[in-house]
Amino acid sequence: MKRRDFLQLAGMGAGALMLPTYLFGKSVPLDAPHSVLDARASKQLADVALNTARSQGASYADVRIGRYLNQYLFTREDRVQNTVNTESFGVGIRVIVNGTWGFAATDQVTPDGIKKAAEQAAAIAKANAKLQTEPVKLVPVQSYGEQEWRTPIERNAFDVPVAEKVDLLLSSNAAAMQEGANFINNSLFLVNEQKYFASTEGSYINQDIHRIWPTFTVTARDTASGKFKQRASLSAPMGMGWEYMSGRQQDKIQGPAGLIFYGNTYDQKEDAVSAARQAKEMLTAKSVKPGKYDLVLDPDHLGLTIHESVGHPLELDRVLGYEANYAGTSFATLDKWKTKNFNYGSKIVNLFADKTQDHSLGKVGWDDEGVKTKRWDLVKDGVLVNYQAIRDQAHIINENESHGCCYADSWSSVQFQRMPNVSLAPGTEKYSMQDMIKDVQDGIFIIGRGSYSIDQQRYNFQFGGTLFYEIKNGQVTEMLNDVAYQSNTQEFWNSCAKICDESDYRLFGSFFDGKGQPSQVSAVSHGSSTTRFNGVNVINTARNI
Amino acid sequence: MAILSKEEARSIMEKVISLSKADECVVNLSGSNGGNIRYARNSVSTSGSEENTSLAVQSSFGKKSGTSTINEFDTASLEKVVRRSEELARLAPENPEFMSALEPQQYQEGKAYFKSTDDITPAMRAQFAADSIKPASAKGVTAAGFLEDSAGFNALMNSKGLFAYNQTSGVDFTVTMRTEDGTGSGWVARDFNDVKKLNTAEASQIALDKALRSRNAKAIEPGKYTVILEPAAAADLVQNMIYSMGARNADEGRSFLSKKGGGTKLGEKLVDERVKIYSDPLHGEVPFSPWSGDGVPIKRTSWIENGVVKNMFYDRYWASKAGREALPAPGRFVMEGGNASIDDMIKNTKRGVLVTRLWYIRTVDPQTLLYTGLTRDGTFYIENGKIMYPVKNFRFNESPIIMLNNLEALGKPQRIDGNLVPPMKIRDFTFTSLSDAV
Repeated sequence: MKRRDFLQLAGMGAGALMLPTYLFGKSVPLDAPHSVLDARASKQLADVALNTARSQGASYADVRIGRYLNQYLFTREDRVQNTVNTESFGVGIRVIVNGTWGFAATDQVTPDGIKKAAEQAAAIAKANAKLQTEPVKLVPVQSYGEQEWRTPIERNAFDVPVAEKVDLLLSSNAAAMQEGANFINNSLFLVNEQKYFASTEGSYINQDIHRIWPTFTVTARDTASGKFKQRASLSAPMGMGWEYMSGRQQDKIQGPAGLIFYGNTYDQKEDAVSAARQAKEMLTAKSVKPGKYDLVLDPDHLGLTIHESVGHPLELDRVLGYEANYAGTSFATLDKWKTKNFNYGSKIVNLFADKTQDHSLGKVGWDDEGVKTKRWDLVKDGVLVNYQAIRDQAHIINENESHGCCYADSWSSVQFQRMPNVSLAPGTEKYSMQDMIKDVQDGIFIIGRGSYSIDQQRYNFQFGGTLFYEIKNGQVTEMLNDVAYQSNTQEFWNSCAKICDESDYRLFGSFFDGKGQPSQVSAVSHGSSTTRFNGVNVINTARNI
Repeated sequence: MAILSKEEARSIMEKVISLSKADECVVNLSGSNGGNIRYARNSVSTSGSEENTSLAVQSSFGKKSGTSTINEFDTASLEKVVRRSEELARLAPENPEFMSALEPQQYQEGKAYFKSTDDITPAMRAQFAADSIKPASAKGVTAAGFLEDSAGFNALMNSKGLFAYNQTSGVDFTVTMRTEDGTGSGWVARDFNDVKKLNTAEASQIALDKALRSRNAKAIEPGKYTVILEPAAAADLVQNMIYSMGARNADEGRSFLSKKGGGTKLGEKLVDERVKIYSDPLHGEVPFSPWSGDGVPIKRTSWIENGVVKNMFYDRYWASKAGREALPAPGRFVMEGGNASIDDMIKNTKRGVLVTRLWYIRTVDPQTLLYTGLTRDGTFYIENGKIMYPVKNFRFNESPIIMLNNLEALGKPQRIDGNLVPPMKIRDFTFTSLSDAV
C-alpha cells in the first residue's frame, strides 16, 4: 500500500469508486458494532494452516487471521467530502521450507482455502530455495500458549456514531473559519486491527488494536499579494480510542506567544482557532535570515526528526542491504556499532525503542511473529548500542532473542522488520520549555511537522516545520517564515545541548510510514521533550516564480 | 475469475443495477492478476502473486450516497452489496458537492493491455531476477531489485445506461547495484505495458556500469550548476508540477497557478517556450485508460504548449461551478523533446553535473512549488564535453517552474514511471549542501 494512495483519498469524492480495492475490502455499515475475532474458531483454522505447512516439509510456519477495519472521514469548511468504511478479512501464511521463506495469503478463510494457501506458501519457498544463498536462521522464542491483548481504550471510536464525529470536525472547521481562515481541510482516520496469530512454536495470540488520527490544514490567503500560508494541526496520531479527542485541561501545555501544546488528549476546536490566527499572522511574518541558530524543537516537530534520523537508520534490514533498492541502506553500519564508541549524539542523548509505551501507535502485546514486546536501548549516553531486529536477524547482532518489532500491514502482506516506537529520553533535571527559551540568545523555536527529506543512508537531512518563532536574548520575539534547517545526522545529535524534563514529554507519530516492495504502511510513535540543538544551519526557502 | 471480458463484466453489472432501489446506482467492477519478485544481496528475498476481483456499488438518494464493495459474485452476495450501499447512503450526511451520475458517453478503444504481460509466470519472474543478479555477482557487485507485474480490467456502469470497459497491463522493474566497498552505487528503472519490451539484463548492465563508475566520488562545492537531468531525475520534478495543475486550488488562490490580485495563470507563459506537455490515452508508448474513474472520457489534452499554461484539470463538481466540461487529471503525460542522446548532451557541456535520479523529494513551499531532495545512484562531474569523475551527492532546493525557465536543451524522450520525458540540460540548478550518502 502506498502512502500516495492514502493522500489521494483526501482529494477524492466523485472518484471514490476508483479507490484501490485493497482500501475497500468489504465495506461495512458506518454505524455497525464491531465484534472481535472469535479465538476458538480462529484456533481451529490456524491449526489447519500449521498442520498443512508441516506436512509440506516446513520447519517453521506462522499464520495470521486478520480483520482490518478502517474508517476515514474527510471534511472541508462546512461540508463532508467523503466517509469511507472498510473491512478486510483474510489469512496470511508464512513458512520456512529448505531454509527459505514462502508466503501466501487468501481471503477464503475456510479450512479448504487455508490449506491451499499453506500449500502455495510451501511451493513458493521450495521454488525460491533454488536461488537462496543465505538460509534463514531464527532465534528462539518462548511458546506462549493461548493469549489475548487489547489496546487499553476508554471509548471505541468505531462505536461513536458517525454523526458525532462529523459534528466535531465541522464545528472545528466553523471555529477556524470564524477566526478568519479561508479554508480548512479536516480529516479523521481510525484503524482497528483484529489479529489472530499462531505459529508452530506453540503460541496462539488474539489481539485487538486501535489507532486514531485527527489532522487538519488551515489555509489563509491574501488575494492582493497572491500569497497563501498553511498551518497544520498540532495533533498526534495515537494508539487510543475516541478519548483522545476529549481535550482535557491537564493534558495541555501553555507555551510562549499564546501557543498551546497537547499531550495525551487533544482539543481540536481550540487548535483550529489557533491555526486560523497563526496562518493569518504568517502572511506578513518576517522572512528568516539564513545562518547558524540554536534550535528549540517542540516534540510535535522533533518526533519526525527522530523518525528519519534515528528510527530508519537503525533498522537492521536496511543496514544489511535488504532495502537497498527502495528506502536505501544506512550510515550506521555494523563496524561502527562494533567499536562500542560510535558517538551518535552528545552524552545527554538516550534514544530507546519501546513497543510497550502507553498511548503509542506501536504498542502491542506481541509482534506479528509471536514475540512479546519490550523496551531496549538504541543509543545510550550518546553511543550507538543496538539496532531493531526480528527473529531471522537477531543472530547477526549476536543476540538470542528477537526485539519483537515484526509487522505486516494486512493479512495479505508478508510481515517484516518495522520500526518500533523510537523516543528520546527526557532530561533528568527539572527544566521546562520556558527555562529553555530563557537560556537561548539567538535561536528559533520550531513547532509542528513540515517538509522533511533525508538521504538514502540517513546522513544529510532538511526539515521544515509548521510554526517558527525567533528567540532573542531569552525571549520569543516574533513569528518567522521560510525556515528550514539542514544538517548531518551525527553532527546534529552531537549538537544536542539540553533536554526538558519528563513533565514536557509528549508523543508525536507517523500514521502511514512506508517501507518495503511492494510498499507497506506502518504506524509508529516518537516521544520527546522540548530539546535544544546548538548552532544548526538554517536556510531561507523563499523564492519567486 | 480475475480478468473478465467486456460481456462478462456487463452481464454481472446489469444484474447489480437491476437490484438497485436507490435514486441512482453506479457500479465499478475491476480485477487483476499479478505478481512480484524481490531480491537483495544477490539473492531472492520475497516473491508472491495476487489475484483479485472486486465490485463496488455506489447508491444515492438525493445528495446522500454510500459505497459498498464485495469480492463474491453469487446472486445473494450481489443483493447484499447493493442493500449495504443503500443503507450507507441513508446514513450518510448530504454532500453539497454530490454530482448526479453521468449520461452515457462515447469512449475511444483503450490500447493499454498486452496479453504477454498477463501471461507472466513465476518462472519468468525468477528468470528476470536471475538475468539481473548474474552480471552483478560476476563483477563482485551486489544487486537489490524488484519486479512487479499486473494485468487487469476496469468497468463502470450506472443506472442512466453508461457503460465503460478498459483493460490495462504493466510491468515495473528497478534495480540498485552497489559495489562491495560501499563507495559506488548505480540504479536503473524500466516500465512497460508490454513485457516483451523488458530486458532486465540490458537494464541491469546500466546500473552495474554506474555503480563501478561512481566509486570514490569527490566532493565539490554545492552551489548553482548546469545540470543534465536524466529522464528519471527530470520526471520527478515535472510530474510534481503537472499533478499540481488543478483548477480548484488555482481558483481558490492556493496554487502556484494563482495570481496576485486574484485569477489564475491559465493562458499565460509560465516556462521556456520549448516546453510542450500533453497527455493522450492512446499514445503508442504510454497508453492509459480512455476514461476517468467517474466515467468522463479522456482525450488528448495539451497542458503546457510553447511554455504557456493551456489547461488545468477540473473534477465534475468544479467544472459545473465554472460552467464548463470536466477535464480529468492526466493518467500519464508526454513531454516533448529533441533527438539528442544523453551522450550528445554531455559532449555539448563545458562544465556541469550529470544526475541519474533524485530521491526523497518533498514540497518545501506549495506557493512556489519549491521542492527539496537529493541526487542518488550516479552523480558525475562534466568538463569540456566529458565525464571527468563521480561526485558526492547533493541536496537540491529547486522549483520545476524555475528549472523549466532555465532550460538549455532537451534530449530524446524516454519512458519513465509511465510517462515520456526527455533528458534536460538546465542552467543554475540549486544544490544547497553535500551528502555523504552512496
